[in-house]
Amino acid sequence: MKPGGQLTAAADSSPETWGPLLQLASQEVFEMMLGCQVELRNPPTPASFEFTAMVGLAGQLCGRFSLRSSKQSAGVMACKILGTQLNKDDAQIWDAIGEIANMIAGNFKNKLVGLENRCMLSLPTVISGSDYNCRAMKNSYLLEVALLFEGAPVTVAVEVHS
Amino acid sequence: MVQVTAVVGAGYFRQPPQETGKKPVNRMNKVRALIIDDSSVMRKIVERSLRQAGVDLSEVREAGNGVEALAAITAGVVDLILCDIYMPVMDGVEFLRQLQGVPNAKGVPVVVISAESRESHVLQALSIGARGYLRKPFTAAQVREHVLPLLAETK
Repeated sequence: MKPGGQLTAAADSSPETWGPLLQLASQEVFEMMLGCQVELRNPPTPASFEFTAMVGLAGQLCGRFSLRSSKQSAGVMACKILGTQLNKDDAQIWDAIGEIANMIAGNFKNKLVGLENRCMLSLPTVISGSDYNCRAMKNSYLLEVALLFEGAPVTVAVEVHS
Repeated sequence: MVQVTAVVGAGYFRQPPQETGKKPVNRMNKVRALIIDDSSVMRKIVERSLRQAGVDLSEVREAGNGVEALAAITAGVVDLILCDIYMPVMDGVEFLRQLQGVPNAKGVPVVVISAESRESHVLQALSIGARGYLRKPFTAAQVREHVLPLLAETK
């Protein structure tokens, strides 16, 4: 028995084929928990992001999930999922973005058939600022999906360590 | 043997225990809920979902882990418990185990809410007392469909 979306892939399939799963996992969380749609940002134009929420993946699927957005979009996401207005500097924005990232990562993981007990998620980490570089792990594959949330760019990504 | 009703959408639910000779208690009017999650934001999200689902909450207690939750239940009766699995200090599985010995919790439905949907986890939660298992993400409609019937059942 496997609830949720029907689109799945074998955990041992190529990460290069997982783009639709990541997109669906994200769309489901935005629709179900925030009550809004996200669509593919095509072409994936460059954007400046001030908020990055990360969730580590450990086990058979090893790597890192990330959700990146502008500060304004992060605030809107937090307001939507909490159903309340928040001050732009409210600490709950950080927690809300972390929870959204956690849900997308978990939803994505659940679409990979065969992982069962062999993949764990870390607690989310949220960082702010855009003036940093994130060095990719050696022997890793970066799967990135560019989305539009309320007209603003949002990016979800999974870096899979092989 | 746990009898599981697999439902379309985000959850798994155990069929209610067969009880006879007890008068149904309508607990739909005012519900005292205990929400257990180490994330305060997640607790607010769950509370919001309950309200959106039409649960008339008269009181919402919050706990950040199983130890706090056991103390909250010992301090006063609640009508509904919603519980995360992965928490520090005492996780949801241990909480469910210890809850079985708490008089105030007798007959109170527990719904586990987690991003984890491994069948082994679901069955484990249901086998030690949870009445339902909601997988994140979930909608208010799914909460309405699966939590309200638990509240309407006999105590």
